[in-house]
Amino acid sequence: MALPRITSPHATGSNRTRRIMQQVLVATLPGLLTLTWLYGFAPLINLLLASATALGLEAAVLHLRQRPVGFFLNDCSALVTAMLLALALPPQSPWWLTLTACGFAILFGKHVYGGLGQNPFNPAMVGYVVALVSFPVEMTAWPVPHVVGLTEGIQHIFGIASLPDGWSQATALDALKTNRSLTMDELRVQNPAFGHLGSRGAEWVNLAFLAGGLFMLRRRLFGWHAPAGMLGALFVMSLLFWNGSDSDSNGSPLFHLLSGATMLGAFFIVTDPVSGATSNQGRLIFGIGVGILVYVIRTWGGYPDGVAFAVLLMNLAAPTIDYFSRPRTYGHRKAERSFKVGG
Amino acid sequence: MSEAKLWEFQGGIHPPERKELSNRTPIQRVPLPARLILPLGQHIGTPAEPIVTVGERVLKGQPIATASGRVSAPLHAPTSGTVSFIGMQPYPHVSGLLAPAIVIDSDGLDEWTALEPCADHRSLEPAILLERIRQAGISGLGGAGFPTAVKLTARPQRKIHTLIVNGAECEPYITADDRLMRERAAELIIGIDILVQLIEPEQVLIGIEDNKPEAVAAVRAALGERSFGLRVLPTKYPSGGERQLIEILTGRQVPSGGLPADIGMLCQNVGTCVAIHDTVLLGRPLISRIVTLTGEALARPMNVEALLGTPVGELLAFAGLDEARMDRLIMGGPMMGFTLSSLDVPLIKTANCLLAPTRSELPPPPPALPCIRCGACADVCPASLLPQQLHFFALGREHEQLRAYNLFDCIECGACAYVCPSSLPLVQYYRVAKAEIRELEQKRHKAGHSRLRFELRQERLRKSEEQKEAERRARVEKAARARAVQAESSSVPHQETSLASRPTGLSEHQKKLKIEASMTQVALKKAEKQLAVHPTAELEAQVAELRAAAEAARKALEATTPAAPSAGNDTALKKAKIELAMRRTELKKAEKASVDDSELAHLREALADAKRALHAAEEASDRPAPQLVRIDKRPVDEKLRALKTELAFARADLRKLERDETIDPPVLESARTRLAEAERRLAGYQSE
Repeated sequence: MALPRITSPHATGSNRTRRIMQQVLVATLPGLLTLTWLYGFAPLINLLLASATALGLEAAVLHLRQRPVGFFLNDCSALVTAMLLALALPPQSPWWLTLTACGFAILFGKHVYGGLGQNPFNPAMVGYVVALVSFPVEMTAWPVPHVVGLTEGIQHIFGIASLPDGWSQATALDALKTNRSLTMDELRVQNPAFGHLGSRGAEWVNLAFLAGGLFMLRRRLFGWHAPAGMLGALFVMSLLFWNGSDSDSNGSPLFHLLSGATMLGAFFIVTDPVSGATSNQGRLIFGIGVGILVYVIRTWGGYPDGVAFAVLLMNLAAPTIDYFSRPRTYGHRKAERSFKVGG
Repeated sequence: MSEAKLWEFQGGIHPPERKELSNRTPIQRVPLPARLILPLGQHIGTPAEPIVTVGERVLKGQPIATASGRVSAPLHAPTSGTVSFIGMQPYPHVSGLLAPAIVIDSDGLDEWTALEPCADHRSLEPAILLERIRQAGISGLGGAGFPTAVKLTARPQRKIHTLIVNGAECEPYITADDRLMRERAAELIIGIDILVQLIEPEQVLIGIEDNKPEAVAAVRAALGERSFGLRVLPTKYPSGGERQLIEILTGRQVPSGGLPADIGMLCQNVGTCVAIHDTVLLGRPLISRIVTLTGEALARPMNVEALLGTPVGELLAFAGLDEARMDRLIMGGPMMGFTLSSLDVPLIKTANCLLAPTRSELPPPPPALPCIRCGACADVCPASLLPQQLHFFALGREHEQLRAYNLFDCIECGACAYVCPSSLPLVQYYRVAKAEIRELEQKRHKAGHSRLRFELRQERLRKSEEQKEAERRARVEKAARARAVQAESSSVPHQETSLASRPTGLSEHQKKLKIEASMTQVALKKAEKQLAVHPTAELEAQVAELRAAAEAARKALEATTPAAPSAGNDTALKKAKIELAMRRTELKKAEKASVDDSELAHLREALADAKRALHAAEEASDRPAPQLVRIDKRPVDEKLRALKTELAFARADLRKLERDETIDPPVLESARTRLAEAERRLAGYQSE
């Protein structure tokens, strides 16, 4: 009888890409729920729009690239990109903004490089940055927490009717950046964008993302290195450059940790394995780089928040980090710190 | 003792152990098979060489093949019977290819050869112990199969301070060592005693995973007063890998590309230790081993002690194999085992497990997705490699990068592929890449060798060309000098230059006569040649005339020669010899040209004349007469001839092997050593 010839190992674990993606989606739920609690249906409508766009485009591109559509759609990676974008975009974003960001993420962030696993940049961040530089007004204004009903949300997002004036406004990070006259305490009292700890609303969202991130850490979806690196570096930077609560304040460490996209970035973006560094040491360096850049952009750069830019910049640096952060192989006296040019 | 410090190795996984399938029943004996297939290569190294012939009756335990080369192990008959075949037979290898083997038809008597038991191993010298282990054909029973005696002496200059006994058995499903330790702990400990006697280590560490509490208890009970360190390791695959176990027990790492002996350690599997006990105390060679038969396609998974050479099909049948349910047949465990393509392959020394899983038990992995660089593989890699980087480089065939990322430190444990969320067959990529690199290296080596040979040849050609050129120039110079001499004595004809330049001491008259004689001789030869082509009467007459003239000239010359004693007897002798040779050539030529009889008779007479003249000259000279018996230049030397023949054979063999690209290096190496040996011996003999 002819028995099949298969090479070892014959046992395989239960770890699957699809499972990982699904767990990431689950881990975003606290954040999504918090956003819904704060802003009503708008974030959910955004999510639907983003998901439909991402899946539709992914399927179309796979078809064009003559890849098995169902097989690759099944890995849920497009859904994760859509989810991250929907969480990162302001809840009141008009439909075309979501569409543009999502389209760029899937087409130019992912598939032009060859699809899953091949992209050098985080697709969601590519989409986000394209939207940010193209439509700065829509992208830098976040609404004060205000529960929006279903019809109200749909009408606003599709431009049928706009929400009352003053609903959207500059974020706390933006206000802090442009503030020249008020102390932190005054800002906190006078500006509705400020909350107890960080930005109003965003502080809760950040805490929710932190919870989701800890869930993923527990499930060992990624190591602690990249998030710890980013949060640690951001904390150290904001501590080093914390000049009190005067009118020229750079913001306290806690403010930075709980404002803007800090936690979303730390647990859902920086941990992206594809566009990040490879080794644990590399990931730590990668996270630290992101943390430093976030602070630099927030404090001295032209944009109120810098997570997306910081991540893209570090994505560029990831291959270099990889070359210089290889672990010491068993039985070798020290790690290889350089790379040999392929002959 | 188990609370002693343990280290942790990086990485590792916890696959389902499934050991309970087969570890519940005692080791059983399999019925004697009717036919045993004993492959000659059951160990790492050169295959053994058969020392029996087809039809020969062998007894159980009798050597049937001997070790060839340094890294090799002999082979013994596992039962009594008749050698029925020596040649290609099924072999347990992933390729499914045949391999040379000795087949024994069992006679059912299971009759032992005379054994040499030894009541007390302490009475034996280490050298004798080592020789016993060597002659018993023991090779590592853990799976790698390195000849034990060779391993024990791998680094003779290094002192082994730590002996490590590997009872970790980390691979899922396998319980052979577990049952062995439970049932033969006493023998195991004596086997270790023997090793201690041999290598005198400072400490002995026995490592057993904590999923085998019964084995730990049995070994602890058998230890008695001995100071061996029994270490219970946390279960983690691959803690039983030699290098990993050394790190767990001692915190030290074996240098890349080196041996444990390089850091003063030696690792032996528990099965090997028991085999050493059996050999030294009972005198039994390695003819059987304990093998786990497991998997859900078996009705009665168990451990058996089976004779080497038993077809695996018979073993599985004994355990109640349901062939319809078996999805594949694996030799070894589910992590590092390889699939067998037939049930006819025999059990060999390295086979610790036969796994017959059903499809649902070890389902084939889902289709592979692209790598998402999640790094799970790097987290579990016990060698601290970056498997996903290696995978990308392997895909791109970037061999330099693969080397830079230490591909060759991969132990192919399969942990990376086990955890890969994209179900990439990572180990397969590495195996292919390793094979590719090795092949390229071999080719490069060969190309380098060829280039060297080519360059040496060019050099030789250039030298010989130069030499020829130098000789030519020397000749031209000589000719020029001669011409200058000729110009001085202008009347001397060209043919005589060499003679004239030689200080022959001939008088002018003699010279003239000589010239005359040779000229007539030349004219005669010319005429004869013409005659041979156009035999006309006119020419014939001319030839006869010329011959007469030549004879006259010669006689005239001869008449003067004795009058010139200065020429000496030797010269006369030489001349006579030349004369004789010339006559002989003439005669032969004439015979060839089928000249008529009278002519031939004439020539023969001339030849006889010349002979006579030679004899006369010989008598005149003081030299002894030449021996007329024809002898070889040198007496024939049988030994020398044999040596030369061996050298030629060795050379031819090596050439043949070098032309063959598929040959493996050890074979080539042994051919080279043979050639070198032959050359050395010949040189040695000649210089005597």
